[in-house]
Amino acid sequence: MRHVLSAVVQNVPGVLAHISGMLASRGYNIDSLAVGETENPGLSRMTFVVVGDAAVLEQVRKQLEKVVTVVKVVDISAKDFVERDLMLIKVRAPLGRRSEIKELAEIFRGRIVDVAGEEVIVEISGQERKIESFIDLMRPFGIQELVRTGRIAMVRGKPPSEVDEDAKK
Amino acid sequence: MATSTPDRTGLALQSGADILIESLVRHGVDVIFAYPGGASMPLHQSLTAYKDRIRTVLPRHEQGGGFAAQGYARTTGKPGVCMATSGPGATNLVTCIADAKLDSIPLIAITGQVKTAVIGSDAFQETPIVEVCRGITKHHYLITDVNDVARIVREAFHIATTGRPGPVLLDVPKDVQLAQIVPDYEAPMNLPGYHVETHRAPAEQISQVAAAIKRSKRPVIYAGGGVVMGDASEQLRKLVAKTKIPVTMTLMGLGAYPGADPLSLDMLGMHGSVYANYAVDEADLLLAFGVRFDDRVTGKVSEFAKHGKIVHIDVDPSELNKNKEAHIPIVSDIKYALTELNKIVEAPDDLSPWHAQIADWKKAYPLKFGKNEAAISSQYAIHQLWELTKDQDTIITVGVGQHQMWAAQHYRLKDPRTWCSSSGLGTMGFGLPAAMGAKIAHPESLVIDIDGDGSFQMNIQELATCHCEKIPVKVLLLNNQHLGMVVQWEDRFHAGNRAHTYLGPIDNPEAIGRGCADSPADRYPDFVTIAKGFGAGASYVREKSDLNDALKEMINYPGPYVLDVEVPYQEHVLPMIPAGMTVKELIKD
Repeated sequence: MRHVLSAVVQNVPGVLAHISGMLASRGYNIDSLAVGETENPGLSRMTFVVVGDAAVLEQVRKQLEKVVTVVKVVDISAKDFVERDLMLIKVRAPLGRRSEIKELAEIFRGRIVDVAGEEVIVEISGQERKIESFIDLMRPFGIQELVRTGRIAMVRGKPPSEVDEDAKK
Repeated sequence: MATSTPDRTGLALQSGADILIESLVRHGVDVIFAYPGGASMPLHQSLTAYKDRIRTVLPRHEQGGGFAAQGYARTTGKPGVCMATSGPGATNLVTCIADAKLDSIPLIAITGQVKTAVIGSDAFQETPIVEVCRGITKHHYLITDVNDVARIVREAFHIATTGRPGPVLLDVPKDVQLAQIVPDYEAPMNLPGYHVETHRAPAEQISQVAAAIKRSKRPVIYAGGGVVMGDASEQLRKLVAKTKIPVTMTLMGLGAYPGADPLSLDMLGMHGSVYANYAVDEADLLLAFGVRFDDRVTGKVSEFAKHGKIVHIDVDPSELNKNKEAHIPIVSDIKYALTELNKIVEAPDDLSPWHAQIADWKKAYPLKFGKNEAAISSQYAIHQLWELTKDQDTIITVGVGQHQMWAAQHYRLKDPRTWCSSSGLGTMGFGLPAAMGAKIAHPESLVIDIDGDGSFQMNIQELATCHCEKIPVKVLLLNNQHLGMVVQWEDRFHAGNRAHTYLGPIDNPEAIGRGCADSPADRYPDFVTIAKGFGAGASYVREKSDLNDALKEMINYPGPYVLDVEVPYQEHVLPMIPAGMTVKELIKD
């Protein structure tokens, strides 16, 4: 089973190394990990996609909470949430086929962000399924390079105030 | 503050080193075990300025200092403090830090670091010690700004001593030690992610436990290091007095309940008593207090205590359901939980059949003294030591191996914090330095390191510290010339093939298991001469009839003392449940 965990952490040096080291040394399987500052510069948010059963998830959550610089951990896959990956994909695009790629990108609500020589770069964001489908569609053109962020996710509706209030304590 | 000078505003400037040492003093630290070097010299200079308030003990190896700090912490509950320089000094503390993490010991480890300008340049004696120690500390800091020193020391003590205790590493670059500022000792902590105040068992869970106890017919308490560390021994004793539930203890839990009490089942697990393991196996209610269902306790975890309900109380939420699922998992400070439980608990209706069953097991399968009646067995020596010292305040420390298990079995500890054993990490060489720390904390107590010859040699240099710093600890050296526990496993699982487990010269036939190793001339090294060379008292005993007088001489000797006792290496620690097996595979003979 796949779960999306969202952790608010103190924005201090070494926190990423600490957390990724803990997860690795305990043998947890992390599919993706995305980190970035939040609206509060003292705090960062990490989003993990964890594979495992409920017992594994529970241990991952508790072990994360035990890390002193981790302020709060929420299993947001138990809630109604929005999740996104962002991808940049560089595809071979000989003159005659560029419009084809452009059309496909538009259908997927992506856009071409760079054209250079025989290659174009397409930016696309969305749920993992959508991104995977787009990758499949691009294969026949010849994928030159591909880069993806990890998953980021946010619970719908209620603002994440409980998290930030706890953080201020 | 010998080195402080007023700045232009008239406020006193202090160096980072002074601020750190003064912060230690403000946290009640009265002794630090510290080995100097280039990157920690300013801190040592400050220590001389504070020498009236904080004693600095110079160990002969950083590891000795780290374990001495642990001995202090384990016997007082207060954090132990050790310090080393950067690079090799810091890496020599790594084992102590890992040891403190696994046994949940409050340890403050301070390391000097190269100056911030050259961090990352592979400078002389530079190691990224925070990187090295991330996974083996409760928390760690690389202090890069002198303004953070006082706050970080506060946080370090708070983190090390609250919740589930553990080691905190402070890595302090030399320029931070030297920089001068006006310190703010009241700077607030910045720990938004560290909440320990919430760990109190809810009343309804306490009622559930009370109800389970009331209904039980075959209850057993399984008490661990959490009861000792959580200062809950008194509450545990009260609970047992009220309910008459028998108690077994883990290696870390020894002393939580008096070992000689009829309701004590002694230790459980791999080398626990037969009756403790049988009782846990047949229990209909297992009350697991401050424990972590370690593999040395459970054997095959799916078969462990599978006939009963499990109540698991621990202060660390991640321990609940980690190795073994509990029916009633409770996150709580153990002292709080037991105090609340004692207010409402009632004894089970009738435990007499259960008590009778346990008495039968105790009678049928007592802990034994070994097969060789003529020789001084380790078990016998430990038993005699217990007989001679049980009525005085005695603290026992141990190394790791057979002697450790026999001490756990045969020295019937009566009080918590009178036992120092490297239990989780199993670090050989722990006993002597731990005894030093314990003796400094408890100068009125008799402190005895029950050690093996392998373990003792791993930190034997600390005899110099004992002599020079006037720390009169005793070493009962159970010398079998072998790495006895590995020999035991060789005998049991490798047809007795000796693989580097004999500690004498390699051309002695004993090295390949062909000797008899009982000639005094063959014995190596000469521990009596070594001990005397360090300035300690020492003697050697071989005859059973001489043992008691030799023990008395050791106990009464005014300074540090090593009693080298010749014991047979052929003895095995029994009972034994081989690793990963169950109580059904328990070996009694």
